[in-house]
Amino acid sequence: MSKKELGLAVLLVVIGGITAVLNPLFLSGVNLLNMANLIGLFGIFAIGQGLIIITGGIDLSVGSMFALLGVVLVDLLVNFELAWPLAVLAVIGLGLLLGLLHGLLVTRIRLQPFVVTLCGLLIYRGIARYYTEDSTSGFGYAGDIDTISWLASGRSFGIPHPFIILLIVAGIMAVVLHRTVFGRYLYAVGRNEEAARHSGIDTNKVITGAYLLGGALAGLSGVLLVFYTSSVSPSSFGNFYELYAIAAAVLGGCSLRGGEGSILGIVLGTVLLQILQNLVNILGIPSSLNFAVMGGVILLGVIADQQLGHRRQRIQLSRAQGGAAAPAE
Amino acid sequence: MAALLELQAIGKTYPGVRALDGVSLALGPGEILGLIGENGAGKSTLMKILGGVVPPSEGVLRIDGLARDRWDVAEATRAGIAFVHQELNLFDNLDVAANVLFGREPRRFGFLSVVDRRASHERVRPILARLGADFAPGTLLAELSIAQRQLVEIARALAAEARIIILDEPTSSLTLSETARLLTVLRELRAGGVGLIYITHRLGEILDVADRVVCLRDGRMVGALAREEISHAAMIRLMIGRELRALYTPPAGPPGPGGLQVEGLVTRAFPGRGLDLTIRPGEILGLAGLVGAGRTSLARALFGIDPVLAGEVRLDGKRLSIRWPGDAVAAGIYLVPEDRKKDGLVLDMPIAENITLASASHYAHAGLIDRAEENRAAEAQRASLRIKTPDCQVQAGTLSGGNQQKVVLGKWLSMAPKVILFDEPTRGIDVGAKGEIYALMRALSDRGVGILMISSDMEEVLGVSDRILVMHEGRISGGLERGAFSEQAVLRLAIGHEMERA
Repeated sequence: MSKKELGLAVLLVVIGGITAVLNPLFLSGVNLLNMANLIGLFGIFAIGQGLIIITGGIDLSVGSMFALLGVVLVDLLVNFELAWPLAVLAVIGLGLLLGLLHGLLVTRIRLQPFVVTLCGLLIYRGIARYYTEDSTSGFGYAGDIDTISWLASGRSFGIPHPFIILLIVAGIMAVVLHRTVFGRYLYAVGRNEEAARHSGIDTNKVITGAYLLGGALAGLSGVLLVFYTSSVSPSSFGNFYELYAIAAAVLGGCSLRGGEGSILGIVLGTVLLQILQNLVNILGIPSSLNFAVMGGVILLGVIADQQLGHRRQRIQLSRAQGGAAAPAE
Repeated sequence: MAALLELQAIGKTYPGVRALDGVSLALGPGEILGLIGENGAGKSTLMKILGGVVPPSEGVLRIDGLARDRWDVAEATRAGIAFVHQELNLFDNLDVAANVLFGREPRRFGFLSVVDRRASHERVRPILARLGADFAPGTLLAELSIAQRQLVEIARALAAEARIIILDEPTSSLTLSETARLLTVLRELRAGGVGLIYITHRLGEILDVADRVVCLRDGRMVGALAREEISHAAMIRLMIGRELRALYTPPAGPPGPGGLQVEGLVTRAFPGRGLDLTIRPGEILGLAGLVGAGRTSLARALFGIDPVLAGEVRLDGKRLSIRWPGDAVAAGIYLVPEDRKKDGLVLDMPIAENITLASASHYAHAGLIDRAEENRAAEAQRASLRIKTPDCQVQAGTLSGGNQQKVVLGKWLSMAPKVILFDEPTRGIDVGAKGEIYALMRALSDRGVGILMISSDMEEVLGVSDRILVMHEGRISGGLERGAFSEQAVLRLAIGHEMERA
């Protein structure tokens, strides 16, 4: 665990502790499991977002992708009566495809990720609304969805499935990011794309790979979210979720300049965000202040991290120069 | 009459480098002073000091005979100093008048500060007429040629009522006729009492217009020539004529067969010109030339960074198709780039990860990197290259220039080099580390690696190479065998002059 993640964990414990003291219900089983469920739902696509941010990119289209994928999923299951494994695969595949499209537009046509995914945000939401004529679609009395519904929103040993899925995804992605050659290249490309290219790394492939993974994870999250709400209203489903993901990644130590961040950090960032949301509810703070509290904490966190980062850098520099340079204060 | 500008014993020290040492010169009104010197002789540092961009470490600067203590960009502008740079500082998206009057636009309507377009056009028109420009003040800059833009820069200087205009390689991208017209403009400015400092590598132009020549070498003023003394031979004598200090280590044996053969290679920088050369195994081939002669473009094309427009590249007789750096790396052709911080290293990654950056998959099993194995490989490079660091987990950015360069080298040496292209391998590296880099290059070449060394450092080119090629404006203007090495010969080829015109 790096110092950054340790700091975040400490912050989590402190905020959680204060909330628990102010309202003991915070630590009740019901509340914790409810939070775990939400952490699972949001954490999975935050990890995808984090991978993209590490390459120096961003994905603003996640929320709208949920609307589009959600509409498609319901349609496949209810109207086309597709077997659920196929429907789920189709939705994840569609997520992959959209990720591939983003990646190609960013690397081949050299468009800015912000612009590409901003257009995605507008286009996917628009298509979802047009396709359903802006009406909410639900499962109604559709038959064969009990299994998938249980898988996506049920519990085992009392633990909500989204949380378990997050743990599995985080475990796999931690290995991918921190142990594999691909992960190494992701960091290298995010920190200095030119140097990576000069080392014979196919930087376009690496970046596209990050968008692919982001798309697949968004597809998976989309499925879970649909069964969490059990219906999709295309104009609001997933609204702002891209911002939650970006916030979690940034809180977790990803720099929007790229090249920084870890899976553990992103997960901790998601946890912190959910605790903040929960805190607003449980402490009786007007829910209209929800966003303001979140924004305030993120801002403070980033400022603190920036200051500590400068300090760490000075210390490392003076150590590397054999302590010859002025010691960091 | 007092000199417009007078420098007395100006010195500039950067950490570890003496960039300027005791430079004195004076410029009078109605005079063109030619400033010459090789790359890195201190010309640009001197100009930065004149422009107030960097403060001198010592010395006195006088304007109209008055010593100036406070000297910054604003002061320099007020004193009437203007620059015309090699790379133009103009706004493509604005028209000529807006560019010429940028920062001092005529305004209307008080606090609204609306730009008075008509007044600005009226003000710019006579200036353009004086320069003999064939475009109107309302022309969009993007529509002008480079030569015309150069005139816009000069017009800008005139609009600021500059009395001292410093031109830094203004003709490097102009055609002959455009150059001739620019020189005419300069003569007219001189007649109007403006003092000009003219920096160029093109000695012919100095011969044409300069009233006096001052030459810098290694940060020192090594001589001045009066109008009647100016000649090619005299200028070249001033620019060079220092003892060679780099010691030549001869190769262990004659160069081997094969190597990298390049035929008719056309790069994007000079689309009209094909290049032929051979980098033989076991030999250090020096590639000399002025900045912008196309040497870096050649290296980038061979390494697959820039596209190859035409031509054939063969390694040991086998035809290569290099479409991106991965192709070059796979063939064993490696580039040690000119800008190691930008292209060579990921500064905030550990040394070990930098060393294995190009070969990470060699240290991986089933896609997972074996950190211990990676670290062993990095430690081996640290030991053999003598990289000064406590351990290989330190970020590369914390190392000194020489040690950073060794990390870039370590990245390639941990693989199987056949040909290594060094682009300015010792730029910004202190003398001791330079010697180590040279020794490493020689050791590599003795192992049968072909080495191309692009260098603007004359001492390095002459002291390290087994053979020299010289480039001039995108073509190879000549080659020299070890026995024929001389600064004069290299310099003459570099400025595009033939041997007999010494």
